[in-house]
Amino acid sequence: MPVADANGQKIWQRRSGRESLAHWLMWLIGVAVFAYCWQQISEATTWFFVQDAPRIAGDIWSRATPPKWEYITQLGKPIWDTLNIATLGTLIALVLAVPVAFLAARNTTPSRFLIRPIALLIIVSTRSINSLIWALLLIAIIGPGVFAGVIAIAIRSIGFCAKLLYEAIEEIDEGQVEAITATGASRWQVMAYGIVPQILPAFAGIAVFRWDINIRESTVLGLVGAGGIGLQLSSSLNVLAWPQVSLILIVILVAVVISEWVSAKVRGAII
Amino acid sequence: MSTHRELDDVLGKGWRKPHFIKRAWLRYTLILGFFAYLVAAFLTIEVNWSRVYEGLERGKQFILAFTSPDFATRSGDIWTGMMESIVMTVAASVVGIAISIPIALGAARNVAPLPVYMICRAIIAVSRALQEIIVAILLVAIFGFGPLAGFLTLSFATIGFLSKLLAEDIESMDRVQAEAIRASGARWMQWINYGVQPQVMPRLIGLSMYRIDINFRESAILGLVGAGGIGATLNTSFDRYEYDTAAAILLLIIGIVMALEYLSGIIRARVQ
Amino acid sequence: MLRLEKLVKTYKTGDQALKAVDLEIPEGQVLALIGPSGAGKSTLIRCINRLVEPTSGKVYLGDTELTHLSTGALRRERRRMGMIFQEYALVERLTVMENVLSGRLGYVGFWRSFLRKYPQKDVDEAFRLLDRVGLVHMADKRADELSGGQRQRVGICRALIQNPDVLLVDEPTASLDPKTSRQIMRLICELCRERGLAAIINIHDVALAQMFVQRVIGLRAGAIEFDGPPDALTPDVLTTIYGEEDWEATIEKVEDEDEIEAAE
Repeated sequence: MPVADANGQKIWQRRSGRESLAHWLMWLIGVAVFAYCWQQISEATTWFFVQDAPRIAGDIWSRATPPKWEYITQLGKPIWDTLNIATLGTLIALVLAVPVAFLAARNTTPSRFLIRPIALLIIVSTRSINSLIWALLLIAIIGPGVFAGVIAIAIRSIGFCAKLLYEAIEEIDEGQVEAITATGASRWQVMAYGIVPQILPAFAGIAVFRWDINIRESTVLGLVGAGGIGLQLSSSLNVLAWPQVSLILIVILVAVVISEWVSAKVRGAII
Repeated sequence: MSTHRELDDVLGKGWRKPHFIKRAWLRYTLILGFFAYLVAAFLTIEVNWSRVYEGLERGKQFILAFTSPDFATRSGDIWTGMMESIVMTVAASVVGIAISIPIALGAARNVAPLPVYMICRAIIAVSRALQEIIVAILLVAIFGFGPLAGFLTLSFATIGFLSKLLAEDIESMDRVQAEAIRASGARWMQWINYGVQPQVMPRLIGLSMYRIDINFRESAILGLVGAGGIGATLNTSFDRYEYDTAAAILLLIIGIVMALEYLSGIIRARVQ
Repeated sequence: MLRLEKLVKTYKTGDQALKAVDLEIPEGQVLALIGPSGAGKSTLIRCINRLVEPTSGKVYLGDTELTHLSTGALRRERRRMGMIFQEYALVERLTVMENVLSGRLGYVGFWRSFLRKYPQKDVDEAFRLLDRVGLVHMADKRADELSGGQRQRVGICRALIQNPDVLLVDEPTASLDPKTSRQIMRLICELCRERGLAAIINIHDVALAQMFVQRVIGLRAGAIEFDGPPDALTPDVLTTIYGEEDWEATIEKVEDEDEIEAAE
């Protein structure tokens, strides 16, 4: 009761006594948790180095400028590899994500209690783990190189694409599906005529969106040895060749901006 | 009877679905170009198939490891790493969200004056263009190894993500409600508190939950470059081919992400 | 032609949508199914081609009993029943022609339909039907570019290209304006007459039903309350179907509209 009676006068409060207590208690716990976290971080930090940070930052900056422009001649192949990792990874992921999405959507899954949970498990487990971790794992299994990068990107993207796609499948207009069923169409024909045309725009949008993200992710996969421009970044960092590092960062930034521009254009053309 | 002539024209002739791209030359160029690219891409990927074949055995072992994850052998490392990841996630999310709110207000054209708007949009653009892992590398170089670099990285990434989406929400809010509050003679802060905040609060909470989820997932890789968290332990276990330990860590990550998603589902349902 | 015996549908929630409905429709008869919302009109139609599975009872199409058919046999029987929907239910992102041809899906194989390689005779028939409803020039337009009345005409073509024996029509005019509604109803009834089709038309516009059909069935709470010719629909009968209301105006309106019709 926000309105209380006190000495015959009505007093309006935003929250009643108990609510307000619970409210404050929640804030208190929140602040305590944050304080604890901060203390943990602080303990693990050598503050002496942190005090030195502005000087180090300035030092790095002066070493990194100007970028070593002529190094760009050696970046052609790594950039091509990066593009391939992102594009092929996205294509493989899409091929695998489509069946998973159909198995996961409530209205198309063959079995709600057996197959749907499995499909959802595939989605959540591939989605929860970053592509860098997938790359680490694949490098341990099949050795370093571009191929590991392609597969890592593909696995990471399956869950992402399948999740968005199955949500799109669940939102289709059932009337159109019903109408196709009523003509005596087979299960596959119902899918091709009733469902696929409805989710095609969503599918194209998801593909381009994920490709854009994958360009970003594949630029850093090389840090763990999975090919692409990240390899050059990692080796330049190892020898502290800061002018090369700054050039690579500029190239990555440009690639990210271009991919975002392309994906925005393509999405605009589809919708 | 023009319609009848029309009918006679089409009868007996084949029908083909009109193409999505109507200009034939453009259509074939696109298709050819795409296949040419695919061929070129496949040709330049060097795959050491014998290495891959050898790897299948290790892959099998790794998958089998999921049936018997080993939480015990490195329980100490796993525990410290996980705690560090969670601590970084919580601290970075709190700080990131707190900083995002004023920046989001500044980046909403219907709330902020132009100079403020430009500055805030620039901050967002920089934060979004730089990848977490690259920011982490730079911050580790500046601040040294440890969770502080990871915490700063995640806070910085949170700002770009949250401010942008929140600013878009503020820009699309209902003007009338906000005008009504302003008409009552409210100050700027009161106006934000009564006119804007109630409208964007559900979205802010939903986005924050989503960002906490992302921050946790990202915190798992920051360790690879020395910025604290579970990533370092994971990296070591892969290097030593300790798949059962790696499987245990991955299962923990998946479990926590699922729990976070479930929790955020409940919270979002409550605030909306 | 079509015979329903003790057809019952009970939904999982326990709602009894149909209570042992018996109905027989001779060849070539056009029948209107009226009744308040929730009376089970839609369920009845969908139980016939088993878009909704009936709980018990039998449905005979000619000599074939439908409720026990296997999936494959059911598909073959569904070809004999054309269906027209309330919200048109066209596949909006396909062209008009593809929508019409989708009525042949039960006759052609998967790859043929997937590659849009329909037999020439199907394509010709599709053009003839589109011409009959006056839309031949729209064949390559996407379905979502059409107006409501045009979409419903495409829906009619899709049902007719199946070469059915019976039409199941679910609220064909519910989302159309009054003038288009009458044009669509007239078109459906004319086509049924031309081709000797039987039809069940679900409709809640009583006046419109009276204008066009030979027989009216009144459904209330899943049971048949009235079965007779349209002019036997008296205020008393409408009261038993729909409940108490002043029905004189509804019935008079029919006559008024008939005069307008004659004047046109």
